[in-house]
Amino acid sequence: MNRTGAQIVWECLVHQGVDVIFGYPGGANLPIYDAMRGYPSIHHVLPRHEQGGAHMADGYARVSGKVGVAMGTSGPGATNLVTGIATAHMDSIPMVFITAQVSSKLIGYDAFQETDVTGITLPITKHNYLVTDVNDIMPILREAFYIARSGRPGPVLVDISKDAQQASIENWVYDDSPIRLKGYRPDMSPAHVSIQKAADMINSAKRPLVLAGHGVLMSNSMEELRIFAEKSNVPVAVTLLGIGAMPSSHHLNLGMMGMHGESWVNNAIQEADLLLAFGMRFDDRVTGNLKTYAPNAKKIHVEIDPSEINKNVKVDLGLIGDLKEILRVVNPLVEPGNRAEWINHIAEMKGNVAVRDIQNLPDNGHLYAAHVINDLWRFSNSDTVITTDVGQHQMWSAQYYRVEKPHRWVTSGGLGTMGFGLPSAIGAKFASPESEVWTIVGDGGFQMTAGELSTAAQEGIKVNIAIINNGFLGMVRQWQEFFYDKNYAATPMKSPDFVKLAEAHGLKGIRVTERSQVEAAIREAQATEGTVVIDFRVEQEDAVYPMVPAGADLNAMIRRPSVLVETPQDQ
Amino acid sequence: MLHTLVILVEDKPGVLNRVASLFRRRAFNIESLTVGHTDTEGLSRMTVTVEGDNHHIERLTSYLYKLVNVIQIEDLSEKHMVSRDLALIKVSTVSEKRAEIFQMVEVFRARVIDVTSSSLIIEITGDGGKIDGFVEVLKPLGIIEMVRTGAVAMERGSESLINAEFVSEVVHAL
Repeated sequence: MNRTGAQIVWECLVHQGVDVIFGYPGGANLPIYDAMRGYPSIHHVLPRHEQGGAHMADGYARVSGKVGVAMGTSGPGATNLVTGIATAHMDSIPMVFITAQVSSKLIGYDAFQETDVTGITLPITKHNYLVTDVNDIMPILREAFYIARSGRPGPVLVDISKDAQQASIENWVYDDSPIRLKGYRPDMSPAHVSIQKAADMINSAKRPLVLAGHGVLMSNSMEELRIFAEKSNVPVAVTLLGIGAMPSSHHLNLGMMGMHGESWVNNAIQEADLLLAFGMRFDDRVTGNLKTYAPNAKKIHVEIDPSEINKNVKVDLGLIGDLKEILRVVNPLVEPGNRAEWINHIAEMKGNVAVRDIQNLPDNGHLYAAHVINDLWRFSNSDTVITTDVGQHQMWSAQYYRVEKPHRWVTSGGLGTMGFGLPSAIGAKFASPESEVWTIVGDGGFQMTAGELSTAAQEGIKVNIAIINNGFLGMVRQWQEFFYDKNYAATPMKSPDFVKLAEAHGLKGIRVTERSQVEAAIREAQATEGTVVIDFRVEQEDAVYPMVPAGADLNAMIRRPSVLVETPQDQ
Repeated sequence: MLHTLVILVEDKPGVLNRVASLFRRRAFNIESLTVGHTDTEGLSRMTVTVEGDNHHIERLTSYLYKLVNVIQIEDLSEKHMVSRDLALIKVSTVSEKRAEIFQMVEVFRARVIDVTSSSLIIEITGDGGKIDGFVEVLKPLGIIEMVRTGAVAMERGSESLINAEFVSEVVHAL
């Protein structure tokens, strides 16, 4: 078979099992688009901005566990992908980005829509390639998919010049042979002695705690983690991206740690005598002040990426390798533990937090985000996919939406990318069409990628959009309130009528201003065919509690004042 | 302390950029960097000197290993090694100090490789300290221009530092 470079791109995608890609056509990738109709098994989604396409592919990858694919043309098409690539890179998401480059003869001459994309994306990709020879397209795309999903996953970008897309190969066949790489060794297993040492440390610990991160989900170690925790009676705290690693309802799951983590979790970390970091990277949002972090704890770090060991926190034992494999070896070595004293102590530390929990505030006529999110949890099922944007609503969602299943919680953690919520929900829906998909977004982040409403409408897919609308860039406003004398510089935000915006797209819009309307709105959204936008007009100046100020000790949390926040006009 | 790292990389376009860019974005400061081919086709060898404590260098090494094109890294500062730098120094000979310059060339075992009526180019190899010393004595005699390569280094003894297992291709079954 004769195949052009453009056709080879599609052939490779088919062989890699790709069923949907999110891409935007332009001058330099026209040959690829011209060849698209020959490959109807791949559904193509047209976002309204390449950033949206990148986040869609990202949401797709997080929910499906497969490699997400996004495509853009040269120059601005590629630079618009950059935020999406960086988001995937920080959160270790397996993705392949295919960009087009101007013809190889023009590279370096500032041709129309020429940009040094491999240069720009060097620090935000796991690896990237510039392809200018049609013969390289297949081997490089195969490598790209392999590198994206193996080891610590991450985004790989392949930039293909227009002439390479147009050139052809006679008698082309897909090569299925194993991939040969010199400098890439993602499969490492720790020495058995280290594993025995880990087991000894666990067995002798009085106050151990598992810190479960994204790695648990990436390696599909949920079952091994459950067995470990139940056998040893070691409680588990989760990171923001570790949500779903263990069901929220599990008696050993303490909840989220970190800047907006639960108070008893942060206190337990500070009092622990052994921390078991499973697939997490001691991000500053998780540790607070490193000098005073878990001062009494020995630390065991199980990580697939050797560069994470001793990066932020010096550990006593680092186990490098696949968490699932390691837990399978560790679990039989762990002695059944009765850690009632420690577990009861944590329960005591939890104390009467409920009285300060906004969720327990009786209906006083005000609508709080916590109520909206808690109701959303109550009225949806455990298979529901929740994606979020970034900010206050994201933290409230982490606190009040009790995720039960893995890969049902999609959020931009490391990069904290506003605008991620809606497009990632669209991608998630393609990954799990049978699931109910909600995106919880703020009024700020929603407007960064609100154009993707149009994509949802064109695709005829159903995602439910819960806008937590407080008229502010809420998290920044909260920092201004706490740390900048309430100088609300550039954070008040006027928004369009979101109900009308939905209607302009031929979609349903619902406005909710009172707590009593929340359930009916959620039910109506669920019953409506097609994407629905709910504009929840929530309390304007509520804050996320508890909060560890940036750089403060992990147990130096700002707690919700006993008098709950009201908006100024009520005082 | 100053560490001398040998980094074996695939000889592919852009690899130098990947390595240099990693130093920059992880906030490590390159003191010197040299790169050239090895006797193995497709394999280039970099010698990088970088300031930092052992923890820094461990971090740097683990980051470097994440680059797909980086094959092997060795820290020679922990081993017995020889390290050499090369400099070309153009000096003026119009002053009456011409004889003194030749004397210094002799003392430092440097070589004169170009002569004009008013200038000389001197070639010197040695470890960094020796070249620094030579430059210091030449300065008052009138340096017109100079260029240095940065260090290249090799472990002493009969062994090759190149790990054949590392350099071979890894077959990734799909």
